[in-house]
Amino acid sequence: MTMDKNFSVSRDEVADPDVNAANAHADLLAGPQPAAISPPPAAQAAGTSRFHESARAQVLGAATYVDDIPEIKGTLYAAPILSTVAHGRLLGVDSRAALAMPGVRDVILVHDIPGDPLLGNFAHDEPVFALDRVEHIGQVIGVVVADSVMQARRAARQVKCQIDALPAILSVHDALKAQSYVLPPVFVKRGDAEAALKTAAHTLHGTLEVGGQEHFYLEGQVAYVLPQEQNQWLVYSSTQHPGEIQHWVAHALGIDQHAVRVECRRMGGGFGGKETQAGHMAVWAAIAARKLNKPVKLRMDRDDDFLVTGKRHPFAYDYTAGFDDTGRITGLKLMMAVNCGFSADLSGPVADRAVFHADNAYFLQDVEIASYRCKTNTQSNTAFRGFGGPQGMIVIETIMGDIARQLGLDPLAVRRRNLYGIGERDVTHYQMKVEDNILEPLLSKLELTAHYQQRREAISAWNASSPVIQRGIAITPVKFGISFTATLFNQAGALVHVYTDGSCQVNHGGTEMGQGLNTKVAQIVADELGIAFEQVLMTASDTGKIPNASATAASAGTDLNARAAQYAARTVRDNLAQFVAGLDGCGAGAVSFRSGQVTTPTGTRPFTEVVKLAYANRIQLWSDGFYRTPKIHYDKNTLTGRPFYYFAYGAACTEVAIDLLTGESRVLKVDILHDVGHSINPAIDIGQIEGGFVQGMGWLTTEQLVWNDQGLLSTHAPSTYKIPTTGDVPEHFKVGLWPEPNREDNVFGSKAVGEPPLMLAISVYEALRDAVASARPGQRVRLEAPATAENVLRALGGL
Amino acid sequence: MTTHPIVVQPAARTLRFIRRGEVVNLGNVPPGRTVLELLREDLGCTGTKEGCGEGDCGACTVVLGQIEDGALRFRAINSCIRLAHSIDGMALWTVEDIAEQDGTLHPAQQAMVQCHASQCGFCTPGFVMSLFGMYQNYVAPTLGPAALNATSQPITRALAQEELSGNLCRCTGYRPILDAAQIMGSLPPVAIDHDTLLSKLELLAQAGYAQEVDSAYKLPYTLADLLKDRAAHPTAQLVAGCTDVGLWVTKQHRQFGEILDLTQVEELRHIEDQPDHLLIGAAVTLADAFGALIKDRPQLHNFASRFAGLPVRNSGTLGGNIANGSPIGDSMPLLIALNARIVLMSEHGQREMALEALYTGYRQTVMAADEVLAFIRVPKATPEETLKVYKISKRYDDDISAVCLAIKLHIDQGVVARASIGAGGVAATPARAVQTEAFLTGQPWTLDTVRQAMNVLRAEFSPISDMRASSAYRTEVLGKLLERYWLESQGMQQINLASFMLEETP
Repeated sequence: MTMDKNFSVSRDEVADPDVNAANAHADLLAGPQPAAISPPPAAQAAGTSRFHESARAQVLGAATYVDDIPEIKGTLYAAPILSTVAHGRLLGVDSRAALAMPGVRDVILVHDIPGDPLLGNFAHDEPVFALDRVEHIGQVIGVVVADSVMQARRAARQVKCQIDALPAILSVHDALKAQSYVLPPVFVKRGDAEAALKTAAHTLHGTLEVGGQEHFYLEGQVAYVLPQEQNQWLVYSSTQHPGEIQHWVAHALGIDQHAVRVECRRMGGGFGGKETQAGHMAVWAAIAARKLNKPVKLRMDRDDDFLVTGKRHPFAYDYTAGFDDTGRITGLKLMMAVNCGFSADLSGPVADRAVFHADNAYFLQDVEIASYRCKTNTQSNTAFRGFGGPQGMIVIETIMGDIARQLGLDPLAVRRRNLYGIGERDVTHYQMKVEDNILEPLLSKLELTAHYQQRREAISAWNASSPVIQRGIAITPVKFGISFTATLFNQAGALVHVYTDGSCQVNHGGTEMGQGLNTKVAQIVADELGIAFEQVLMTASDTGKIPNASATAASAGTDLNARAAQYAARTVRDNLAQFVAGLDGCGAGAVSFRSGQVTTPTGTRPFTEVVKLAYANRIQLWSDGFYRTPKIHYDKNTLTGRPFYYFAYGAACTEVAIDLLTGESRVLKVDILHDVGHSINPAIDIGQIEGGFVQGMGWLTTEQLVWNDQGLLSTHAPSTYKIPTTGDVPEHFKVGLWPEPNREDNVFGSKAVGEPPLMLAISVYEALRDAVASARPGQRVRLEAPATAENVLRALGGL
Repeated sequence: MTTHPIVVQPAARTLRFIRRGEVVNLGNVPPGRTVLELLREDLGCTGTKEGCGEGDCGACTVVLGQIEDGALRFRAINSCIRLAHSIDGMALWTVEDIAEQDGTLHPAQQAMVQCHASQCGFCTPGFVMSLFGMYQNYVAPTLGPAALNATSQPITRALAQEELSGNLCRCTGYRPILDAAQIMGSLPPVAIDHDTLLSKLELLAQAGYAQEVDSAYKLPYTLADLLKDRAAHPTAQLVAGCTDVGLWVTKQHRQFGEILDLTQVEELRHIEDQPDHLLIGAAVTLADAFGALIKDRPQLHNFASRFAGLPVRNSGTLGGNIANGSPIGDSMPLLIALNARIVLMSEHGQREMALEALYTGYRQTVMAADEVLAFIRVPKATPEETLKVYKISKRYDDDISAVCLAIKLHIDQGVVARASIGAGGVAATPARAVQTEAFLTGQPWTLDTVRQAMNVLRAEFSPISDMRASSAYRTEVLGKLLERYWLESQGMQQINLASFMLEETP
């Protein structure tokens, strides 16, 4: 890997997390200054803001994504044939017109599948190609294979599908009425919510609608499948889970998993959208490649990607909360209706995580939660950064805001009043003790640094004399559980190879989607071997190297894979230490590895020389490493136990303005304090926090998915589906890191950071509701998410 | 670079452009080929990415260089919807073309690395090229001997935000990218050898003129040739910047036997500054046209910067936006309010009409098969007019209007002497609010008048419900925007988020 040694921001020098946090903050405060350039980085790699291992290649256009891989001679291109009906009987497919077009090689349909016509996924309820019926507009009925991408796409629209339309269920409410579910409902209760509500000093009842979200990874879904000898297959896939691609492809082709090798060097964004959804492209391309015995690439047009693939689950809620005069919740009944789309996919665990996070930061004594996994005739909704967590948190934060306004209290005071305690009120509704609670001090610190109280007063004074613009402010906390709730996925493997020149190559089961996983792993391995960061080369995820790897998901990529790689490197180091100890007649424990030097009580040798000697003496210079997360267990039938190894915490203070005439809104200021433990790479962690916040802000403001009355997704591309752009990010956007290592034993004392920051954006939604409330004193605020101008105007009573 | 063989399609002129200082000659490039397909599929240059194929994400951004009035002009554009032949005679830079041979990064690239501004990296090539365009337009002029009389502005956060709004990033949240834009000017400078490039472009231009005109892709250089081609090939698809026709190719999969591109017609590439009006040629880009309009009416700056993203404004033309006739084209409500007129030309002569008279129905115009829209005549600002233009969209920048309302009133001693109002997003075509204008004219400019006018305006249109907004919202907001105009006319400050300034709280 090449890396510019000339430049690195000042926080590179700093390994101490407190100073890191301070500097990170300071840098953002200072804004962009060339003064931020400083001398070469310190000997220690971890704890410093190393540049992303691919940054240089990325800015040169030299970083390879699947569609950039030089194509094998004879490569053909596939395009999907989509259902134009939301629900119906599939009576026949007429491919003649398509097949007659120049350059069209074949039309691949369900009968061309050598193996199981159902996908080899967990729920096993989703057809590879529509069998005898279609269940949403955009469901894939087959693929056309042609000599060029455009010809395949043209031909796909010439395939005529005879579909006998059936009544479609397009809304989660209709699904509830019809008891149309992809999975049975789940009920979680503690204490007696009913009784608590009866005796509560105050109660409130409300409903809430929260929309879904399209991932909009900049690189669309793509797979490139190449036939190998003896019915073996090489699959290049843009996927967060190469192992699952391997399983699905083998399952569809009816062959053993060992005959399929899946490789992914990097994704152009994933966000959960390439956890299961990437598998479909790979399977479709593989079936075509198998039938035609040619390399086949399937790259989705962006509009097809929108129509075919699943999104964040939209939720509908009904809640009744009982509380005392101080705003402390004494009882809660909560119903969550989850719009899963037409199949289960990951909806079970997503809905479970929503249940696990319906408390967010708050202790719920007597609580009853009902979770309905509704089946609708829309895309099959899937993993998306937060994985149900955001949908669980937003409803309890909404309730906090409602309670505060009903009692005329500061919402922050009400939130504080309900926080988990330490030594008391510290067991979740799923029976897990919250042992690492830093919520109160974290909120206090942010309240202070963001000047929340002064600004709150200044804003209400300002609002009183402002006829058209009203401002609002809110602080919301995040407590997010880290670990796959399915305990078995919390395992990882890695390989560390040291070559005779002292250079090191690392491979692990995780995937790089931009989050900086490979950079962090390289930092950890470099320090373990005491060599320069630049000597460590990260390589593509490959099912032929690390088998049965879990998805890179649940924010756990670094926790799992960096630890596995650290253990692998440690074995290599121990081999070398023993060897050197033999040479110098000391104990292996007395041998240290640092700054490219190996030191014993009697002398120092360059790491490269030690490696050469060791090789000559037949010492193993490579090793595997394996890690499994300790302490976790959980009963998926009762949803109780310790599903999470630890919690990641954070809080955000957001100020907004709304226009009472039109409902337009702007985010004016954002202050964040977030807990990443002892940061392995502050710049990368801050990048995750800022990026996660802005993505969450999009979910709750401009990113609106609209299906028409036929079930067609009419927001089908960036022209109609609006993710945040440069102008939506306020200049005042400050991020601080909480200065304390993870209290659990985790790699480098760090904490997972991928998902938790997204939920900091709930502060945007609560600030908007605060602004609406100031325009309509004494009235409940019912604001649907996303808070588009139209939804804000409706909340203002203007529609 | 050598020519790569391409599957033979309808005969097309040889495509010539300059890349990495060398002339690239490509034969048999099909008329419907996009610049992005040319780069990725024909030339195997995969550094430039496709994100959406409709000019909305900016991952495919490249920079074009052109001679204009003897000087080099640099424009970042979307290569995914730009037809390859349209860059004939220009210089092209992609993300693969700007680093030094020895691997030294260009400041636009170095700043991105240094600010940790790439995560997944897929949008990065597009951002790098938008930054490269900014570097050439704002930093390069301050370098070398030219520096003394350089008039370019420094790259502020606000400027970066404006010029990068057409590039989407899903990972970073943009802060580090905006930082990169601001620091690149302080990195060791890199300059392009203008003189050498200019002479190469001039040679190319001469070669271009010599080319056969009878090809599937027609690129006339004179108005006479354009009108002749239009008459001789009435079925040829007429294109300018292709920011909409490009989507017919990438999304509707349409194929054109013949394409007639007017963007290199010399007479149509200029803006004539007449005493009482601006005469804007149909080949003038939206960016340049808005530039001239803003010079005359500075309050249009915000509105202009919200029109799509810079790569689209750099490619698309004002004439194209008008001739395309989309009911949500943002320039028309403004031009209607400004009482702009258009000039249609054919070999048999020309006719001039009010802009709104062009439209007969949804994307239907009065243009005859042998006619082209040649010029737009925009009356200049007068001291007595008060013009405001309002746009409502889900996202503030680079979004299509749910409602667009442009209001120009002349209020004389408390009475509305003249009213001119254009509306978009509320009818099948861009429309003039005739009834509201009639109602207002002669009325005293009072809240009571405005209240009544709001109802007239709402009753005048029956907008549809779609993915951008409901009919009810559009109707409601039409009136509210007139109310906003009233409040602003009463000198009320801080009532419009487009210009909202937060006074520093602690």
